[in-house]
Amino acid sequence: MFEALSEKLDSILKKLKGRGLLKEEDVAGALKEIRMALLEADVNFKVVKDFTENIRQRAVGKDILESLTPGQQVVKIVYDELCSLMGGGQSRIQLSANPPTVIMLIGLQGSGKTTTAAKLAKGFKKDGRRPLLVAADTQRPAAIEQLKTLGNQLDIPVYATQEKDDPVKVCEGALQKARLEGRDIVILDTAGRLHIDDALMAELERVKEKTSPKEVLLVADAMTGQDAVNISQSFNQRIGIDGVILTKMDGDARGGAALSMAAVTGKPIKFIGVGEKLDLLEPFYPDRMASRILGMGDILSLVEKAQENINAEQAMTLQKKINEESFGFDDLKEQIKHLRKMGPLEGILSMIPGMNRLKGLDIDEREFVKVEAIIDSMTRHERKNYAIINGSRRRRIAQGSGTTVTDVNRLIKQYVGMKKMLKQFKQGKGLKLPKLFPFR
Amino acid sequence: MGFFDRLKDGLSKTRKSLVGRVEDLFTGRRIDAEGLQELEEVLIMADVGPKAASSITNNLKEKAKRGEIQDALDVKTAIKDKMSMLLGNSSILNFPEEKPFVIMALGVNGVGKTTTIGKLARRFSNNGLKVIIAAADTFRAAAIEQLEIWAKRADAQIVKHQAGSDPAAVAYDAIASAKARSADVVIIDTAGRLHTKTNLMEEIKKVKKVVEKAMPGAPHEVLLVVDATTGQNALRQAQMFNEAVGITGIALTKLDGTAKGGIVVAIKDTLGLPVKLIGIGEGIDDLRDFDSREFVEALFEG
Repeated sequence: MFEALSEKLDSILKKLKGRGLLKEEDVAGALKEIRMALLEADVNFKVVKDFTENIRQRAVGKDILESLTPGQQVVKIVYDELCSLMGGGQSRIQLSANPPTVIMLIGLQGSGKTTTAAKLAKGFKKDGRRPLLVAADTQRPAAIEQLKTLGNQLDIPVYATQEKDDPVKVCEGALQKARLEGRDIVILDTAGRLHIDDALMAELERVKEKTSPKEVLLVADAMTGQDAVNISQSFNQRIGIDGVILTKMDGDARGGAALSMAAVTGKPIKFIGVGEKLDLLEPFYPDRMASRILGMGDILSLVEKAQENINAEQAMTLQKKINEESFGFDDLKEQIKHLRKMGPLEGILSMIPGMNRLKGLDIDEREFVKVEAIIDSMTRHERKNYAIINGSRRRRIAQGSGTTVTDVNRLIKQYVGMKKMLKQFKQGKGLKLPKLFPFR
Repeated sequence: MGFFDRLKDGLSKTRKSLVGRVEDLFTGRRIDAEGLQELEEVLIMADVGPKAASSITNNLKEKAKRGEIQDALDVKTAIKDKMSMLLGNSSILNFPEEKPFVIMALGVNGVGKTTTIGKLARRFSNNGLKVIIAAADTFRAAAIEQLEIWAKRADAQIVKHQAGSDPAAVAYDAIASAKARSADVVIIDTAGRLHTKTNLMEEIKKVKKVVEKAMPGAPHEVLLVVDATTGQNALRQAQMFNEAVGITGIALTKLDGTAKGGIVVAIKDTLGLPVKLIGIGEGIDDLRDFDSREFVEALFEG
């Protein structure tokens, strides 16, 4: 949908060339697109309104930097503003000077409180702390069972009583137990409730009053729509929250709810949940979220991953080979190896702008195994000179690698295509690659 | 208390203020750009989506230009008509000739699949039908226990395997035992899965294939459970699940909150998938047939 917002804005702002000032009417056109982008990403309507007004004031009359197109300039302003609205940097969980530190998780039904409670506990345990999980959801059928099962898996104790018990009493009892047994972290898993349910909200007030939590965290689904504003505002006004944990971020929701919630509560997002496994809780990075909301992909994570896996020297060698046009099958294999080191390809592609929207994108990792086998079955000479690979050589390679001649043909064809592309690249013939770095 | 009253009952301040605005929007004045813009706002705030919202308002603009609508009342009627016609009414109770009636429920995590199934089972057994629930969410901790409690409440039988076992096998067994015990309805609960997880989508395809094998013509209903709180991503969910297993309808849950679930308009418009059921509370009787008129009223009125 939003391949790259900056490209779209470029077409609107194309009249502006070179250095100049961003004019009111140029900005107005760009803001319309930005508004759409934000609304598509589920940022709340009112938040969008304030936000775009803010951007308008900041953008009009601003110098266009030499290195940027006007579109990129506007996107950069939007991006910076998004980052600062979402808290700028990282925000961690505060610990009490006087243990135990009580952490209270609250939120709507199905937002992921129980899973998050277990993930948090696991993280604390890894840090050498002694967490206690508390089954304060005495409402939902089998919620206590669920937390107990998770506690078992993690070998972390769970304080639980009977279904239908008063959650306030459960939490008080848990706190007592934590003190007795020297538990330094107490995580309260409360029942999901609607923010407009007066009786249940009053119950949360009482739990908070009796346990004085150091952190009250709102657990919210990253897929939440316009209602994110009502939800976070209600929980914050009534209970008072210290931060938000955004769950189900491993889906493809753009996550505009994060911006809405940060904007109306002024509270930071502390963690994001990125999978059902219990170690999949990550710190929140406002800059990455800003890219995601704008549909620019999670470039920073991708760059980070690439840097982890490819060192500068290797990159130089590759560049040299491209320049000399001596990029052989061995080099292809090497590249695939690096790519695969970065994690499941599906995950990597989802971070590239535009790719996450590709329909029916289906990558079979096994294909890579095949490719590697085929290359391994080539002689050293063949790997450098694809042209000599004739019919009988192809048959031999197919047999040696346990593939078919069709597979071998396909690989050679792809390789030739790739070589052609690299040649164009070298000659600087406008190669249409996804723009990875919108601000460069 | 009817659905409509119930919805009205739980309205937040926000919705009230919205309603006030819609009410005042056009009364006693001619349609103008400002009014239409406000209308667009209302639609966007209901999660209808910016594209659908602007296409609806543009349509009205055209009509106003041609003089087909003149004032406030016309606009309100026009838009309500248009939306309820688009949404249509569709019933889940299309019983096949041969028993059992097999229903599969699926969706992303935390949308309320198990709860919806519990309520649906209750409704069938209230009508004197024999219901078997298949505990095919073998992944999430205590999902089977949760379903057992609902089955008891709903007076339904449950077919379950151990946690971690093959969900397709559970579904198969449930259908086999429904045939053996001549049950009327089989409802298959599946694990929540994000539509972006290739392996989990493959798993659900397999479950459906096995169901087809266990009983030709089944599943008769494949319901995608959608949380009304969800924004634009619900459309993606519907697209991906529909491509994978073919959806027959939507069950829209959690309409008792302040979210309005307007995304179903986009889902119907783009994919033609109708809403069949709505969930309006945690009680076992809080499941209703979808009524497009009422839904559209609730979207606009207080």
